[in-house]
Amino acid sequence: MGSDGTSNGTNGTGFFTSVTDTAEQLATTGYLASTAVATTVFLADQLGKPLLVEGPAGVGKTELAKAVAAIGRARLVRLQCYEGIDEAHALYEWNHAKQLLRITAGREEGWEEARGDIFGEEFLLTRPLLTAIRGEEPTVLLIDEMDKADVEVEALLLEVLSDFQVTVPELGTITASRRPFVLLTSNATRDLSEALRRRCLFLHLDYPEAELERRIVRLKVPGLDETLAESLVRVVGALRAMDLRKAPSVAETIDWARTLLALGADTLDEAAVRGTLGVILKHQDDIRKASRKLTLA
Amino acid sequence: MTAEPRPTGAGPAALQPTAPGPSAPAPAPAQAPLADTAARLTGLVRALRGHGLRIGPAETVDAAAVLDVLGFADRERMRAGLAAALLRSETQRTVFDATFDLFFPLGVGTPEAVRADPLPVPDDPEPPRFGRPDPLRDDLRDRLAAALAADDRAAQARLAGEVVEAFGRYGAGSTPGSDGWSAHQALGRLAPETLLARILAALRTAGSATDLSDLVLADEVRRRIRDFRALVTGEARRRVAELRGAERIAERAVAPTVDRIDFLYAGRDQLTELRRTVHPLARKLATRLAARRRRAARGHIDLRRTLRRSLGTGGVPLRPVHRLRRPARPELVLLCDVSGSVAGFADFTMLLVQAMSEQFSKVRVFAFVNRTAEVTDLLGTGDDPARLAARILTEAKVTGHHGNSDYGSALGDFAGHHLDAVGPRTCVLVLGDARTNHRDPNLDALRRIAARARRVFWLNPEEPSRWPTGDSAAHAYADVVEMHSCRNARRLGELIGRLLPV
Repeated sequence: MGSDGTSNGTNGTGFFTSVTDTAEQLATTGYLASTAVATTVFLADQLGKPLLVEGPAGVGKTELAKAVAAIGRARLVRLQCYEGIDEAHALYEWNHAKQLLRITAGREEGWEEARGDIFGEEFLLTRPLLTAIRGEEPTVLLIDEMDKADVEVEALLLEVLSDFQVTVPELGTITASRRPFVLLTSNATRDLSEALRRRCLFLHLDYPEAELERRIVRLKVPGLDETLAESLVRVVGALRAMDLRKAPSVAETIDWARTLLALGADTLDEAAVRGTLGVILKHQDDIRKASRKLTLA
Repeated sequence: MTAEPRPTGAGPAALQPTAPGPSAPAPAPAQAPLADTAARLTGLVRALRGHGLRIGPAETVDAAAVLDVLGFADRERMRAGLAAALLRSETQRTVFDATFDLFFPLGVGTPEAVRADPLPVPDDPEPPRFGRPDPLRDDLRDRLAAALAADDRAAQARLAGEVVEAFGRYGAGSTPGSDGWSAHQALGRLAPETLLARILAALRTAGSATDLSDLVLADEVRRRIRDFRALVTGEARRRVAELRGAERIAERAVAPTVDRIDFLYAGRDQLTELRRTVHPLARKLATRLAARRRRAARGHIDLRRTLRRSLGTGGVPLRPVHRLRRPARPELVLLCDVSGSVAGFADFTMLLVQAMSEQFSKVRVFAFVNRTAEVTDLLGTGDDPARLAARILTEAKVTGHHGNSDYGSALGDFAGHHLDAVGPRTCVLVLGDARTNHRDPNLDALRRIAARARRVFWLNPEEPSRWPTGDSAAHAYADVVEMHSCRNARRLGELIGRLLPV
């Protein structure tokens, strides 16, 4: 494969043909990607490796998965992680109630038939990971907030992420007939294990550069005045450089832009900012600190 | 994976030594083995490993596959792709970027743009004395001001090349090995900081309305100037790498990842960067402590009660009884030397402990140079963590008649006036290098503190080999309490996650 990129079909998912194509297609779904994002997504697509996206909340990690799914016209299978999630929620589960019914219904038959029967496909409840592996159509598997899950779950994922297969003891190993595009997100509240990281391509998604953020604001809030958008992005950038408890994310920049538009503000003057600072800052301490900065600096 | 013939042209040319420009030095012999891409890639990986990044052969193979897919046409894409394959966390990014620039340089010798349009290099290499006109410098400054005002990255990168070419050379014509390129010298001549007012004026007239964003404009321009300085530094490093070989420069001139910077030798910028890692680190440590707490909650079997209950089942212990965990969290007292030599260490640890305060039922912080004062309140109210150390020195009574640190009298002070802060559930952390300026170490005071507290740990930012040297009383103190060497943030995180009781 050269830089013009011809997908080879066996390893990759083949949603994209080149880095430029990736950036353009993402843009058509309303996701403006930086060079790093477009390149890494293209690589994950071509090499068929899972993509681990790390970064602060609200920079569009989950949105990225949705955009890729939309482009590939793929089914989005989402596994939302939380503390205490286990095999039965992530991988598969046997439908115990149905198994019991089956046993009661066939009282007359012998042990061998019953055993062979109740551990069949019919009694298997597939959970997100298995669903994504077994799918025949193009699939995007989003494993969201991986850092919230316990360490044990990571071990569970290793087989899925490296070989795209799931082993069910009663049924044998199920291998993906068509590799899903796998995207894991993490807010880095804890370190993910080396074993998991090694199997993934790594992308740190940070707050966008001013130029990119301006374009994002213009795209999402088309009615906003150009110079106002520029001032807005600049103020948000300065707020992020401050030591705040919760720095404003892209989502909050857009919210702020919408608010200012709705209020009909045409410049970012003191009154407008004072009234709307609560839209971008979510802690009283931060608001106090920011308003001091914006009036005394 | 089948490899098509790679597109030739602009791409690979940048990776092979081209004909040297008018004033470029001939490629050093160290350059030759790097010409091959595979060697270049493994060289990059080796250099990164030297900086403590754990990269296995599998990742190197991934990186090669990345280059195969991306080709060599776009350097920024190569950078992003290799980073995706080789990096495992964002803290490794600065090291990676600097090393990448060395092994996959933008060009060789004098930058292409400069070569095409050579600068009028003055005949005398002497820096002009004050007051003498310097048209070359003025021209560069004019163009830099314009590029910074327009936030034009490409123009800035080109200017960085020109600046190093024009001002960065030293020792030209002398014996090989003593000449080189210095970013410090180039930036000193150019003085980009002094452009701030000019750029601000240009930007203010350009935008008509005066609004609040103007207030933060200065910060942004300062950021741009800082980025430009980094560009110049990278460019100078690249030129030196051509003279001496990329491996050697990657080893010496690339700063380590921020969590491995030695507290005692960290510069101001590094401390700022370090401070930014406080909250993420605190979050991680909180999770680690919570996990230890969870484990501590089960596990211990209460033998007496289990046997008692087993009477009901004929002496067979069917239902084991677990010992109940004490519900309260531990208290923490921090006793920090804030004198100049170890201030960076104390500063970082205080911020870290404060960020983790939810993990403890109570946190009290005391600071000393030769007298001890409580600074818990100062920590909570501060807006700007960078000024914390200065505020402690001015607002708290941490010094007596002189300004030298004196552990003996400080510990005595604490044992005398603040001992009520320490109780049977308190863990005390003493931070400092134990350099007493040859005064009495007052071991007895430390013994009294240790006798009252649940645990006492001493964290020393010096390496153990230096403990017996000079005026250090480290070994004397280490006989009384457990002392650990703690030279960088990574080690501090390890110690806090492991030592503190839960």
